[in-house]
Amino acid sequence: MSLLHPNRESPTMATSAPFATAITAIRSTVGPTNIGLLGLLIGLSIFFGSIAGPQLFSGAGLRSMAFQLPELGLLSLAMLIPLLSGGLDLSIIATANLSALAMAWMCTHVLPGSSALTSTLWIMGALMAGLVVAALVGTVNGWLIAYLRVSPILATLGSMTVVKGVAVGLTHGGVISGFPASIRFLGHGLVLGIPAALLLFVVVAMPVSVMLTRSPLGVRVAMIGSNERATSYAGVDTKRVLMRVYLFSSLLSALAGLVMMARFDSANAAYGESYLLVTILAAVLGGVSPTGGFGRVSGLVLALVILQLISTAASMIDLGQFITLSIWGATLIGVAGTGALRTWWGKHKLRG
Amino acid sequence: MAERWRHLRSVPEARLLGAVVLLSVILAITTPRFATVQNLMDLATSTAFTGILATGLLVVLVSGGVDISFAATASITQYIGLTLANHGVIGWSGLIFVCLLIGALLGLVNAVLVSTLRLSSIIVTIATQSLFYGLLMSVTKGQDIYSLPDWFSEGLHWVFYTDSHGAQQALNFQIVSLVVVVAFTWWMMSRTSVGRQIVAMGGNPEAARRVGFKVFQLNLIVYCFMGMIAGLASLVHAQYVQSVSPSALVGRELDVLAAVVLGGASLNGGVGSVPGTALGVVLLAVLQNGLALLGVSSYWSELCTGIVILVAVATMARQRAHRKAVLQEVVA
Repeated sequence: MSLLHPNRESPTMATSAPFATAITAIRSTVGPTNIGLLGLLIGLSIFFGSIAGPQLFSGAGLRSMAFQLPELGLLSLAMLIPLLSGGLDLSIIATANLSALAMAWMCTHVLPGSSALTSTLWIMGALMAGLVVAALVGTVNGWLIAYLRVSPILATLGSMTVVKGVAVGLTHGGVISGFPASIRFLGHGLVLGIPAALLLFVVVAMPVSVMLTRSPLGVRVAMIGSNERATSYAGVDTKRVLMRVYLFSSLLSALAGLVMMARFDSANAAYGESYLLVTILAAVLGGVSPTGGFGRVSGLVLALVILQLISTAASMIDLGQFITLSIWGATLIGVAGTGALRTWWGKHKLRG
Repeated sequence: MAERWRHLRSVPEARLLGAVVLLSVILAITTPRFATVQNLMDLATSTAFTGILATGLLVVLVSGGVDISFAATASITQYIGLTLANHGVIGWSGLIFVCLLIGALLGLVNAVLVSTLRLSSIIVTIATQSLFYGLLMSVTKGQDIYSLPDWFSEGLHWVFYTDSHGAQQALNFQIVSLVVVVAFTWWMMSRTSVGRQIVAMGGNPEAARRVGFKVFQLNLIVYCFMGMIAGLASLVHAQYVQSVSPSALVGRELDVLAAVVLGGASLNGGVGSVPGTALGVVLLAVLQNGLALLGVSSYWSELCTGIVILVAVATMARQRAHRKAVLQEVVA
């Protein structure tokens, strides 16, 4: 992962003019938020590297980060798209769990025959079932938000409770486990030394990034986030766009559910609930405007790497898993505080 | 008469009251246990924690903000308060005072950050929730407190009725706290200048600032009030479950939010009432109690709650759209 070694673009080499223009070009494509995040990442790497020692960046250290990142990563992507549109999707975790349960049930209960072909087809069928369940939730969310004009927080708060209610009701809070090897591979396997789940995350995140920045849909999502009414007056069918926003969010949740069930070797109605608010935290830390309109996948990925670095380092120096949560919260407050301080300082200078 | 009836039907509180009464009547007829003093007292005792928090959260919502950190705040106040009480440092009044004080201090942190960071309050309080909860879990190592002082385990009781068999019905700490908080908040929001200023600020913060309201001070009051409410609620919960667990409360924020929203409060600020919130809490509590009494498996109660929330928010949104359409017609 090149993001972990970002100091290739070190500005100390800016001595001649071509270098200077190159750096300006890099700066404008990377963006000020991402430069700030890169700086924070480098600073934290040096800080934790000096405390935890070199094993933090050893193969094992990096691999443990790479194994943990994808589930939060996929969930954060699922949160990112609604956030960009000026909304929020509180039902992502519940949706991830319900689709994981659907997939898990298909994988464990009705396996027809044991030949390689039928079981592979059946696993594909199970994945489809999970995606269909998620699509259903996403459509209901989109319909409530786009057509009934329910505020996104309330609509998804309600659907979160309903979806979790269905999952708890059907499973009685129990666990479904015992998956075929191919699913376990997604949670624990390596492809060329890289965790399979991380590859899945990269394969999903890149098209999402392209879609959000380069496709008409992505631009419309950001326009809605900036000013929904103006977007609608500009001739955009905002309802259709919003329907897709929540559909995509749910489908990404289903993929996160798949990764979670592969990693835990089981599916349950209440896995990963503490991730819900963390995904919002990660997105905002990654420069996504909480009121919508602005934000990039690259910023989110940087924020996720930062959060993961903090988490891995904290567990290496034996600080316990919960101090991580504190540091995450403090990091967001610190980053926002620095921004506020800078604006205040700018105004101060203008006046003085 | 018909006109007045139509007007009444458009008041959200009246519709909620109708739903609660209808549900209660059905339950009273179908289950022999629902309409007993014992069941209603138990219901009030078990709902007090949510009810108290919902009342506090209402004030934050009306002011135009959201607070997600109150459960973390409550976990901290109850842990510190009862640790001190276990060491014999403080008694009942000291315990309540300490919890209110710590709650207010943590609320102060929220208020300062919300006012200075230019981030929406939901983001700020998600961050402080992580911060508070992470610190609490790290310091306590997640360990529960099982042995509480005798006077606390005993609780407070005010006997109001003794029946012919000598069985006593008493108001307990939970119910009295709930009634006091609801009554005080109702008075504050509808009868005091501060309360009306909070409503005005939620309705239009920029206008409130230009009129000369001290927005920072109002935020300070709102978030400190929420913190103090969380402090009191934490004691209500600890006394009810007879133990303190640092991880028991966090994760229930959204349930409380759902109850407040059900009571007609808007997330955009300026709209919401204490009676409405109380009815929202009562509706959800009666629904779950009723399902249990009717023998519905507790595994399905969350689904029923979710359906009620979805139906309620969808209805409210439709009404708002309808009102807007009528207004536009009038203007045109």
